[in-house]
Order: sequence, then C-alpha cells, then structure tokens
Amino acid sequence: MFYLIQLLNAVQYGLLLFLLSSGLTLIFGIMGVINLAHGSFYMVGAYLTYWLSKMTGSLWFAIPIGTAIAFAIGLLLETTIIRRLYRRDHLYQVLLTFGLILVFEELRSIFFGDEVHGVAVPEVLNFSIPLTETLSYPVYRLFITAVCLAIAALLYFVIHKTRAGMMIRAGNSNPEMASALGVNIPLLFAAVFAVGIALAAFAGAIAAPVTSVAPGMGNQVLIVCLVVVVIGGIGSINGAMIASLLIGLADTLGKILAPEYSGVAVYLLMAAILLWRPQGLGNKS
Amino acid sequence: MSAANLLEARGLHSYYGASHILHGIDFAVGTGEVVGLMGRNGMGKTTLLRTLLGLVPARQGEVRIDGRIMTNAAPHRIARQGVAYVPEGRGIFANLSVRENLLMAARPAADGNTLWTFERVLDTFPRLAERLDHGGQQLSGGEQQMLAIGRALMTNPRLLILDEATEGLAPLIAREIWRILDRIRASAIAAGVAIVVVDKNFAALSAIANRNLILVKGRIVFEGSGSELKAQPELMQQHLGI
Ligand SMILES: Nc1ncnc2c1ncn2[C@@H]1O[C@H](COP(=O)(O)OP(=O)(O)OP(=O)(O)O)[C@@H](O)[C@H]1O
Ligand SMILES: [Mg+2]
Repeated sequence: MFYLIQLLNAVQYGLLLFLLSSGLTLIFGIMGVINLAHGSFYMVGAYLTYWLSKMTGSLWFAIPIGTAIAFAIGLLLETTIIRRLYRRDHLYQVLLTFGLILVFEELRSIFFGDEVHGVAVPEVLNFSIPLTETLSYPVYRLFITAVCLAIAALLYFVIHKTRAGMMIRAGNSNPEMASALGVNIPLLFAAVFAVGIALAAFAGAIAAPVTSVAPGMGNQVLIVCLVVVVIGGIGSINGAMIASLLIGLADTLGKILAPEYSGVAVYLLMAAILLWRPQGLGNKS
Repeated sequence: MSAANLLEARGLHSYYGASHILHGIDFAVGTGEVVGLMGRNGMGKTTLLRTLLGLVPARQGEVRIDGRIMTNAAPHRIARQGVAYVPEGRGIFANLSVRENLLMAARPAADGNTLWTFERVLDTFPRLAERLDHGGQQLSGGEQQMLAIGRALMTNPRLLILDEATEGLAPLIAREIWRILDRIRASAIAAGVAIVVVDKNFAALSAIANRNLILVKGRIVFEGSGSELKAQPELMQQHLGI
C-alpha cells in the first residue's frame, strides 16, 4: 500500500510535469526559442489562483479564469517580445527570457508580497480514500491526476488527429515550407506559445492546493522541465509524456531508496538516457 | 505586360546578406501559361522563385498578383492568392505521414473551387495511395516528388511553381514526372492554372513550356519559345552547356 501511494504520487507529479513541459518542448521545437520564463507561468498560475480564489471563494472559478489570463499574457508577450527572438542567437533568447523571470518575480513581489501562501482544497474534494488502517490517499491528488490525463489525451488528439495538429507538426518540421503552403506561421506560433503558457499556468493553478504558493516556485520547476525536454527529445510531445512519467518515478524512487541523494536521481536518469539516445526518447536519430 | 498576368514582377533585386543575387528581373506568367526557367548552377533560379513566393525579401522592385502589389508579403498570403510551391529537395514534412502531408495543405481555391481533392490527387499518383500511412521520409526520391506535387495541388493553385522538377531522379521516374506534369498542364489549362518549372532537361522542359527563360548571374538573357531557343545553338551552348 505504501508503494501504491508512492506510485500514485509519482504519476501525479509526472503528469503535472508533462503539462508544464509540453508547452516548453513545443515552443523550443517549433519556434526554436528556449523560454526560460516558462516556469514563471507556473508561478503566475498559482498566484492568480490564490488571488482569485481568495476574492471569489471558489477554486472552480479561479483555475479557468487564471488560466485564461495567463493565455492572454502569453499572446501579448509573444506578439510584443518573443516574436523578435525567433531568428536570433540562443544567447539573446536566454538573456531576454531570463530577464522576464526577474520581471515576473518582481511583479509578484509588488502585487502579492514575499510571503508563502496556501490555497484551500475545495470542499467537495477535501477528503481521503482510506487504503489501510493507517494509510489513506487524498482525493484532490487523484483529481489532479485525472484532469492532467484528460488534458494530455486532448493534447495528443489535437496534435495527432486534427488538421491544426498537422499544421503544428508541419511547422515544427519545416516552417518555411508550411508557410509556402498557406499556413499562417506568425499566428500559429503565437497560438502555440500562448497555449504552452496557459498549460504551465494551469499546472500551477491546479497544483496550488497541494503545494505552497511561494516566491521562486517557477524556477524550481523550470530546471526539471528542461530535463524533461532534453530527455523526451526537443519538440516531441510523446517524448515529453514518457520523460515526465520517468522523472516522476525516478524522483519518487530516489526519495525512498536514497533520501540523502534524492536530488541526484533525476540527473542520473538524464545522463543515462542521453548516453543511450542523445536525441531524446521521442525523436528519431 | 498586360492585366491578364497572373503574377508579374518588375525590376526585382534580391540579396543574401551583402551578396547581390538578382539584378533587376522582369518576369511574368499569364493564366494557364507554362514557363520554363533555365540556367547553370548558381545563376539565381531558386532565388527568383523564392523572391516571388515571399521567402526571400526583394530589396527593390515589385511583385504583383492579379495586378495587386504583393512585394514582400508574408508567404502564406501569397500562397492564399493561389500560388503553390514544389521546392528543390521536395520539402516533405518528415514527421507527417503521406496522408497528412496531403491533408495539411488541403484548401479550396480563392474562388471556392475544389477541383483537386484528396481522391483526385491519389488518382493522379496511384503510388501515393499505396503508401498513405508511411512517413514522409520512408519514400523514394520519385515518390517524394510526387508527394510534393500532390501536396501543392491540394491547395487548388492557379500557379504551380516547381524547382528542379526531376533533379536526382532515375530517368524512368523522371519521365513519369514529366508525363504527370503534362497531364496536370492539360487539365490545368482548362481550369486556368499556370506552371513555372525549373529543370536541367531542356528537351523535356521545352516540350511542355510555352515560353522559356535563361537566367545568367541574376539577369534574364533569353526569353522565347523552345524553337526560338533551338535556333540559337550558341546560346544553348554558352548558357546551358548543351
Ligand atoms: N542561403 C544563401 N546564402 C548565401 N548565398 C546563397 C544562399 N543561397 C544561394 N546562394 C547563392 O546565390 C546564388 C544563386 O543561388 P540559387 O540557388 O538561386 O541558384 P540556382 O540557379 O537555383 O542554382 P542551382 O541550379 O544550383 O539550384 C548562388 O551563387 C548561391 O551560391
Ligand atoms: Mg536552385
């Protein structure tokens, strides 16, 4: 039972990572931009949810509205700033998106202060399923897992089964050719960027009740997300899914087997996979 | 140049960085016309096509489609005016299946007609019908070229632009491509579709082209019919090496 709980936690963490990193890998793969500020939107989502749920008293209102606001910020950011980076060197991208991290942290400090906040689990889901005499599993975590799975399935469906998905993959493979066939590449890029940002914010929003809403929370997840992108293969959604779940498992296992080295497990996994498949799990060599 | 010109360019100058590639090109294609573009390696054929398509910026001069200025418009806007591109090297989307390569491009023409459907493209290229679920990279060179042409037709173009139509293909496959282009031209002219094609095979090219151009270092040095060109063997010798 102990292991079942750990497995459930690993899967939940992995799926949350997937929501976060799917946007990052698409933006990197399609537009060639390393968006270091991606993690900041995890924070933006969490803080907006904290604020909106405090104002309205409803998490069910706060999560979608917070995600929608993040989507709008994503669109604005892409059309004003990020778009200028597409043809630039990675150095400019890293500098500018690192600058954005500082801007978002500062804005967070101005509007919400530097304290750690908590978001209440909504009443209907605020109970646990008893597994044994002493162990039980909180339903809200199962809810996160289910919602993430549903979004992952939707994402998979859109990318692999719809025409918009074909255009996204075509734009990933050869944007110039796609544009010469009539695909509006600037619009497609803006949409992909904003959806990626919205997914990151949604992850922050839905996780807010089980994590603390704290300064710098985006930077911790950013590193792990970059690992997911590298292991999964740049631009590969399927790879990101596998990599996220692997990292969820490695992280959880590491904490059980060797608690004092648990931080290393994820990087050991990355090193091993890169030795075996340098192009990542989801990409053909 | 008359108003009947589907696409028209005047005084085009294009650069890659500091190197000046096109030196004031005047170029026009009329509705339903087939234009052959020739010239030795590196003379600027691809650059000309890419400038017309909005993929390389024109620093001087203008491009008009239906008389409307489209100079340096976004490539998708030019494509949506009914211009389709089959590039050098085919440009197949490797991560899409053959079916998806075709379907992603599907679009009715600007006037709403859908002469070219998925079914019609497969009728034209039966080999593709057998490989619909293969990845784009699993095809032979000839099949890739058929896919690139089929994909361009899926946009129901009024102007089909082909760069190096048969480069790198076995002679038998190349002949098949020419036959198909001839079929497209025959059916195309009825529907008012024009073709611009670059190829090194003068005989095959001049057999389907109404008009031929020779490009030398970014300038047009000859414009005329295939028979006019044949009457000037010194031009062919000098600029085409034939
Ligand atoms: N991306 C580029 N950057 C710099 N120079 C380029 C680039 N592409 C082409 N060139 C140069 O521009 C000139 C024209 O090239 P272009 O590809 O248009 O010629 P082409 O007539 O199509 O030749 P080919 O028959 O080899 O396809 C050549 O001298 C080539 O070296
Ligand atoms: Mg060329």
